Amino acid sequence: MSTPRTLYDKIWDDHVVREAEDGTTHLYIDRHLVHEVTSPQAFEGLRLAGRTVRAPEKTVAVPDHNVPTDPTRLEGIEDEQSRIQVEALRRNARDFGIEMYDIDDHRQGIVHIVGPEQGWTQPGMTIVCGDSHTATHGAFGALAHGIGTSEVEHVLATQTLIQKKSKNMLVEVDGDLAPGVTAKDITLSVIGKTGTAGGTGHVIEYAGSAIRSLSMEGRMTVCNMAIEGGARAGLIAPDDKTFDYVKGRPHAPKGAMWEAAMTYWKTLHSDDGAHFDTTVRLDAAEIAPVVTWGTSPEDVLPITGVVPSPEDFAGGKVDAARRSLDYMGLAPGTPLREVEIDTVFIGSCTNGRIEDLREVARIMEGKRVKEGLRAMIVPGSGLVRLQAEEEGIAAKLQEAGFEWRMAGCSMCLGMNPDQLAPGERCASTSNRNFEGRQGYKGRTHLMSPAMAAAAAITGRLTDVRDLL
Amino acid sequence: MDRFTKLTGVAAPMPLVNIDTDMIIPKQFLKTIKRTGLGVNLFDEMRYNRDGSEIADFVLNRPQYRNAQILVAGDNFGTGSSREHAPWALLDFGIRVVISTSFADIFYNNCFKNGILPIVLPQEEVDKLMDDAERGANAVLTVDLESQTITGPDGGSIGFDVDPFRKHCLLNGLDDIGLTLAEAPAIDAFEAKAAAARPWA
Repeated sequence: MSTPRTLYDKIWDDHVVREAEDGTTHLYIDRHLVHEVTSPQAFEGLRLAGRTVRAPEKTVAVPDHNVPTDPTRLEGIEDEQSRIQVEALRRNARDFGIEMYDIDDHRQGIVHIVGPEQGWTQPGMTIVCGDSHTATHGAFGALAHGIGTSEVEHVLATQTLIQKKSKNMLVEVDGDLAPGVTAKDITLSVIGKTGTAGGTGHVIEYAGSAIRSLSMEGRMTVCNMAIEGGARAGLIAPDDKTFDYVKGRPHAPKGAMWEAAMTYWKTLHSDDGAHFDTTVRLDAAEIAPVVTWGTSPEDVLPITGVVPSPEDFAGGKVDAARRSLDYMGLAPGTPLREVEIDTVFIGSCTNGRIEDLREVARIMEGKRVKEGLRAMIVPGSGLVRLQAEEEGIAAKLQEAGFEWRMAGCSMCLGMNPDQLAPGERCASTSNRNFEGRQGYKGRTHLMSPAMAAAAAITGRLTDVRDLL
Repeated sequence: MDRFTKLTGVAAPMPLVNIDTDMIIPKQFLKTIKRTGLGVNLFDEMRYNRDGSEIADFVLNRPQYRNAQILVAGDNFGTGSSREHAPWALLDFGIRVVISTSFADIFYNNCFKNGILPIVLPQEEVDKLMDDAERGANAVLTVDLESQTITGPDGGSIGFDVDPFRKHCLLNGLDDIGLTLAEAPAIDAFEAKAAAARPWA
């Protein structure tokens, strides 16, 4: 009998082109997603060396990071540097024969939302992109992770990546989530427990009944933030929910090819007795709705908690916490539920999918955004936007006081006009609360869409369970 | 890529943990389509006031560290995004070595692609080097990749680990892509095999 293997082991083994004695491996890449910010230097490198793209049919381009999210973008991007980057992507896609979803295409959106929507993302694949949140695609049981621009160039030229295998980490979440607790609370709680370096050197497989019970959208939220936990990638074994999601998508296999794919996909799970180097377990019933208080995604607390004191920590984290509290303008001991906000941002590759918008609409039912708040909803793709409009969600949310924007990364990283002003405090469904992330001196509290909706209603960090 | 063999330079202390890529190079500087010129904006929001004047007590603004070539940093350096602009900015400033107890995975990879040597050491050794670095202009360290040693101002030296393949590439300034293209027959063979096994992919 062969040695039991993890899901990661299996995908890895099926993509080894060549392995050197020291374990340095050329890993074959099935899908390469490209956006405007981390690719121009890679294409320039190809041109300078007279090289070409080895597999343009496995490469997809989408502008997302710095595209404005108001409709005037269709008349041209005002910011010159952003415009140049998007134009460069357009030229590179054309010159090298790569399919691109341009800013006037209704399928355009955040690359990690477009990939699954269009069926480019499939179980068992290796998927890379010059963006750390590529981990999102792991929700399909694909090995997916971010790479730097030099590696983007390497994949463009060779369709391979030079890698050494990571360790296996199992994150098991069993039990039932309480009402008001969502996939975002799971993924933040895991990071709160392991820290932002807890997954360093590992690929995480998320398992357990609480993970299995999540929709594909929820699973994408969980895997999306594997990178905030320091892991190279996050994975969830594919099951019927996965296959149902993929089936019928434009680039999904069809007919006999679908049947062949299904036979293979059903082998994609960790074998009984497979070895994990590290295991972390969480009881779903103990997870509360959480928010971040500081400037690292590990600064996670239940909404019922109070702002911590630097002395609550040890080692280098004492100074880091002091700096975070100063940046965030928070005093130790303050109940989190008393922290007032100025802005609500709902969107990003973490929480910009249709289910997220439905959840916000559910919480907002019969309620309004508090007077004076700026609250924006940025669908993760043009298709999510259309679907929300067809379902009547868009109209309801606009009536409730939200701005309804075009698709893009928007205020998740503030590379486009959507930014916080200095000192502004934001309830955000995005993935990073770093200093300056959403705008110079902007203050970010990460949370679920349900929690962000609750904050929009009251104007302060709020326990969504009080509104259910 | 510039080769890295041996460097003797000033080490600057940055004991803060979790120094993220948004701190190293904020998002507004990612709009360039070039790799060069980012050094002036390295650690931009920690280094400058909004009016462009320098924040005097930021480490790289202090006279003894303005020409630092080595950073000794707190745990989990480079956490965050995949932006290679982070090592580009470090390199453009003149930093060729970063020493910490751990690095974020993508940042760590990106360093090697740009002739920067990231070194992982145990906490007590990082603490000692941080002490050396605090000594300012006297804090000159010598990092020798061939022998995998760091020699401090007091003459004592410590060893470090580095992946042999990465060491080979750094020492010789090798272009990965050129090396991989020489493996084209293996990639062709893999593609033929994969097309039979997983024709839908």
